[in-house]
Amino acid sequence: MAAPFSWIRPEPHGIHVVPADSWVDPSRPVASALVTHGHADHARGGHGRTVATPETLAIMKLRYMTGEGPGGGATRAVEYGETVRLPGEVDATYIPAGHVLGSAQILLEHAGERVIVTGDYKRRADPTCPPFEVTPCDIFITEATFGLPVFCHPPIEEEMTKLLERLAAHPDRCVLVGAYALGKAQRVIAELRRAGHHAPIYLHGAMEKMCRLYEEHGVDLGELRLVMDYKKEDIRGHVVVSPPSALNDRWSRRLPDPITAMASGWMRVRQRARQRNVELPLVISDHADWGELTRTIEEVGAQENWITHGREDALLRWCQLTQRRARALAMVGYEDEDD
Amino acid sequence: MDEFAALLDALVYTRSRNEKLRLIAEYLNAVPDPDRGWALGALADGLDFPAVKSSTIRNLLKDRIDPVLWTLSRDFVGDTAETASLLWPAPDQAPSPPGVSETVELLSAMNRKSVVAELPRLLDRLDASGRYALLKLATGGMRIGVSSRLAKTAFAQAFAVSVEEVEEYWHGLSPPYGELFDWAAHGKPPPDIENLPAFRPFMLAHPLEDTVVDLADYAAEWKWDGIRVQLVRAGGETRVYSRSGDDISATFPELLDALPMNAVLDGELLVRGVHQGGAEGGAASFNALQQRLGRKTVSRKMLAEAPAFIRLYDVLIVEGEDLRQSTWTERRARLEDLIEALPESHFDLSKVVEARDFEHLAEIREGSRDDAIEGLMLKRRDSPYIAGRRVGYWYKWKRDPLLVDCVLMYAQRGSGKRSSFFSDYTFGCWDGDPDMGADLLPVGKAYSGFTDAELKKLDRHVRQNTVNRFGPVRETEKTLVFEVAFDSVHESKRHKSGLAMRFPRIHRIRWDKPPHEADRIEALRALIRD
Repeated sequence: MAAPFSWIRPEPHGIHVVPADSWVDPSRPVASALVTHGHADHARGGHGRTVATPETLAIMKLRYMTGEGPGGGATRAVEYGETVRLPGEVDATYIPAGHVLGSAQILLEHAGERVIVTGDYKRRADPTCPPFEVTPCDIFITEATFGLPVFCHPPIEEEMTKLLERLAAHPDRCVLVGAYALGKAQRVIAELRRAGHHAPIYLHGAMEKMCRLYEEHGVDLGELRLVMDYKKEDIRGHVVVSPPSALNDRWSRRLPDPITAMASGWMRVRQRARQRNVELPLVISDHADWGELTRTIEEVGAQENWITHGREDALLRWCQLTQRRARALAMVGYEDEDD
Repeated sequence: MDEFAALLDALVYTRSRNEKLRLIAEYLNAVPDPDRGWALGALADGLDFPAVKSSTIRNLLKDRIDPVLWTLSRDFVGDTAETASLLWPAPDQAPSPPGVSETVELLSAMNRKSVVAELPRLLDRLDASGRYALLKLATGGMRIGVSSRLAKTAFAQAFAVSVEEVEEYWHGLSPPYGELFDWAAHGKPPPDIENLPAFRPFMLAHPLEDTVVDLADYAAEWKWDGIRVQLVRAGGETRVYSRSGDDISATFPELLDALPMNAVLDGELLVRGVHQGGAEGGAASFNALQQRLGRKTVSRKMLAEAPAFIRLYDVLIVEGEDLRQSTWTERRARLEDLIEALPESHFDLSKVVEARDFEHLAEIREGSRDDAIEGLMLKRRDSPYIAGRRVGYWYKWKRDPLLVDCVLMYAQRGSGKRSSFFSDYTFGCWDGDPDMGADLLPVGKAYSGFTDAELKKLDRHVRQNTVNRFGPVRETEKTLVFEVAFDSVHESKRHKSGLAMRFPRIHRIRWDKPPHEADRIEALRALIRD
């Protein structure tokens, strides 16, 4: 009999599921990829076959032409809770991760051993995707983007209040919110609606298709308008959403004296906000904060925890202090600086 | 404390200078005395509470959170006060923030022992923003993008007075600046500083760069490699101030009895040495001076071996007569008279460098290999003595730096606005032939000389080429060559290479250069001048 868990191998370019010769979130093209969600550091084009939730596949089709045309490769859609049988007697079950639309943890089972790869996740409520489900397993492979005890994301309602108060105080300006185009932008819009803000929200052109995709999947975002279709005057007193890269770009000159905001977990640290020239930092993240990470490790109660992409050192230390078995994986290319 | 915390937060996130001025002025107008005076002092110069140091905060936190988690957090955030404010456990009871004055009172009353119990009590009365403000206030340096000058300008703006006047009174007063507010906000007579040995702000120079000046309009002087000081005698007391206005009298006691009249003089502090020998000699290198800096008491031996003297550049005030509005030519004439009355043991005059024209001056500058000379100063002959840096009046024309190619070895994250970026680099030279298995030995550390865009690229390079981690320090692949510029190099027992550079900075990043072509230790050693 093979050594326990020898069938799953963390490699620098992804997690190799050996008997199935499949890779979870590979950062290079492979024959068979199991993808947790559509962010670029997890989902890439060019795989022979991509197994993911229908929402993630739709996102990958939009972004990387996955499943489309020559070279798009084959796809296999897996609903939440559904199990697919892979070659080599490996079962893969997709479980909600609460990160963005379509995001999943992948439970891998082989020879009676259970391994979960979380991809990215959070534990807070999000109107755009179903919540993270705690699932027992032997090895829990967790992200650690915000794996430092300084990270504590405040309730999103507080951040929405901050945004709307600033907007109301400057009716002749606009609030320009930098938000990651997949997930963060739609969540911010949906939360604004939940907070009772029903005015039109203006979008940078790069956000449009993804917002439409969310709407097609049943997420109501209210009235959205493209900045380029309107005049400066029309936008006064309104919220504008753009990718973070456009915040200090020439594009923003067409806006009426924008108050620059950024929705990101990094905004918790003042100097990070300063580095990005942000006037209104909104601490909103689609990743688990320190409290969520440690609580999740406790609740899942795996025999062993593998920690990847992010601040592994601190979470590893916490595991040692709480007498949990843990190791840090040296993976490359997963750095979510925009979240 | 709430208003002060809100002000700090607003300042941190404000880019525009005018908006910063407006925010501070608004605060100064809205908040009563003496709270606003303490706040102004904190913003401009930082307040000093001897019992509260960065290490005090670190130790308090390490009692409450695992030391490794503290270190990792501090390293990421890049600011002790902010890290502590974020990590401090939320208190059970609702916040009951103290006022700024009450905070100052409580902080002043703390000593090294009581601070351990008292500071936590204060932190428990505040929310995260309040804790940040408290810790910034308590430890001095704010690092929030507000310079001392900006704070004074905001004060001037708030009460419609001139900032030059504020500068003039500032250094004779201390927080909470009661007399300053009495004058500016309450219409009382201005503070009387004539009989105080108060610091007057220095006049500073711009780098010459590509400017060419006409020597008919500009006089040239050597720029000496010591420390710029101001010597002030008034009200029966003499003080020595450093460029930043710090009182360093205790470090140079031999100068305190040397000035026989009431005056404010500007000059270069140097120590006597023999190795110069030239016509302008008589001064040891900066390395020799360095042995005397930063000491609170000075031994007799040190006074005998390395006595300090001042090479005078300028005179600001003499016997109550303010010469700052006079031209440089007039002040220079007064200085040349004045020197006759000063003891040779402690003073000499920085000579004017005579040249036929600018090209000739450039030749003279090239030819100066004296180690106590940093370059030339060019001063417009009709320039008044004005606080700060004014375009067109004074220029510094430094000697060209020395250059050496080094290999990046280690990197550490920066602080403040560079927090989280790997921006502090340690580099080395080969201790032999790299193709014959020689090793790199660290020769210096640099934090400057690159653009923000280059910093991003360097940061990425460090992250992608890390081979080892030692706490906050990353060891990198030895692949990247820096062309390092520095002013001089000296023997040093502190470094394994036996060498220490003065003011090293990254001159160019040689992405193209293979590391084995970097310089060897011998090449660097050959550049030692003293």
